[in-house]
Amino acid sequence: MSDIFDVYLLEAVLNGLLLGGLLALLSLGLNLVFGVIDVVWICYAELIMCGMYAVYYLHVQYHWPLVLAMLAAIGVVAFLGWLLHQLVIRPVLNAEPINQLLVTGGVLFFLQAAATLAFGIEFKNLGVTLPSVRLGEMSFSAARLVAFGAALGGVIALWIFLSKTYLGTAIRAISQDRAIMPLMGVDPGRIFALTSALGGALAGLAACLLVLQYDIHPAIGLSFGPITFLICVLGGLGNMLGGFVAAFIFAQFIAVGGFFFAVEWGYVIAFIFFIAVMFWRPRGILGK
Amino acid sequence: MLVVDALTKDFDGFLAVKNVSFEVAEGEILGLIGPNGSGKSTTFNLIAGALKPSAGSVRFRGEEIGGLPAYRVAHAGIGRTHQIAKPFRKLSVLDNVALAAFYGANQRITRDEAYRRAKETLELVGLRAARVENLGAAGLKKLELARALATQPKLLLADESLGGLDHAEMEQAAEMLAAIRRERGITIVWVEHIMGVLMRVVDRCVVLDHGEVIARGKPAEVARDPTVIEVYLGTDAPEVQAAAHAARR
Repeated sequence: MSDIFDVYLLEAVLNGLLLGGLLALLSLGLNLVFGVIDVVWICYAELIMCGMYAVYYLHVQYHWPLVLAMLAAIGVVAFLGWLLHQLVIRPVLNAEPINQLLVTGGVLFFLQAAATLAFGIEFKNLGVTLPSVRLGEMSFSAARLVAFGAALGGVIALWIFLSKTYLGTAIRAISQDRAIMPLMGVDPGRIFALTSALGGALAGLAACLLVLQYDIHPAIGLSFGPITFLICVLGGLGNMLGGFVAAFIFAQFIAVGGFFFAVEWGYVIAFIFFIAVMFWRPRGILGK
Repeated sequence: MLVVDALTKDFDGFLAVKNVSFEVAEGEILGLIGPNGSGKSTTFNLIAGALKPSAGSVRFRGEEIGGLPAYRVAHAGIGRTHQIAKPFRKLSVLDNVALAAFYGANQRITRDEAYRRAKETLELVGLRAARVENLGAAGLKKLELARALATQPKLLLADESLGGLDHAEMEQAAEMLAAIRRERGITIVWVEHIMGVLMRVVDRCVVLDHGEVIARGKPAEVARDPTVIEVYLGTDAPEVQAAAHAARR
């Protein structure tokens, strides 16, 4: 085995790590919302798509500084998350799970169609290209490094919020028993609305990172929505730590599998792994 | 303090609570008793906001609270414990109580203040364990009580707080409710189907059967009431005897 081989394998593993950070962030918002409200936002990736358009229009059309445009986009998607809860989720909060899936699925197609009408089907991009970073013989995309760092920052910030603040404690408590919370004087509606905005903000953060690496088009949600959902299921739906672990495992399958075979095969192997896990642990790696 | 007037709950044709009226005076301990399925817990749920009344009114300190969401009832000053303790198992004992202290009274208080109140409340109920999974039946009941007290209620609704306890623990729990009234001046409505211990602590009783009030008065009077004895006959008859005996002493 030559040294070169090892270096490229290491590069693949490290790239998998970087991808894992991004996937972990993607799964975080979906898991948070499901863990607390018990509703799966099938349209989660479409919220991210809206955030990507927000960054694009604010930065390219209205010439806002990129960082400002990104902060505003996070706010926009947080608002969309809140709106989604108030308009769509709240009326079906106690309905059958299938109905909840169907309404958020409806929102998915609505957002896609609305984006097509409003923004057109052509691909758009920021025109910002971050350089590659070389480390010895390995090279990494700076966009991925930034995404990894921001994703990790987002994960840590959320963890601190949930474990160290009262609102965070209330969110964790209500995810365990929503019927009891009102007796402590907590309005569950407020906590749900806040959680939805928080889930939206995480989708917004993901949008800011994805827009650095990918072109924007109305159907872009379909290219990472399913994988986000699979990672959440793999880790145990609603289990944020599980989603985190699953994201890194999944990313390694994609990156290392892609290294040994071809990029497409990386995905195939990752999905075979997913199906195998579903037989072995139907509730996910860290599911109860 | 609490005026329940013609309260009715209709579950699709089944009247779980029919035209129930009673009053609770400030500083009083009222026992709400009756056999299983007599509507005691439903009455509690209607007062605490877990269920909406079909008819009738609930007035607390002069304000109508019937049909308000549970968190607003908690803010108004009514605390409630459950027959089956429902702690947040993934939070520490202290966090469980601190959460109630922080949100319960609907005042802006600091984190330190919430923890101070939580510790004080845990001391009052005599609970020391740190983790919820280390608590037995008696400990869970104490935690349930501590959470309700941490919301700083003026009225405590205690639901079958003695179920699942042995005799010594029952005595202790009854003494604790008496102490809560004595030391904190909290008015208490106590739901229980075990009559014996209750009879020695409460000032007055309201007896429910099939969703209706069938008797009310001092424990000794209620325990001698023929209707009450008949209702308990065949189910808890020895307990009525014991209660009547206890009340005479």
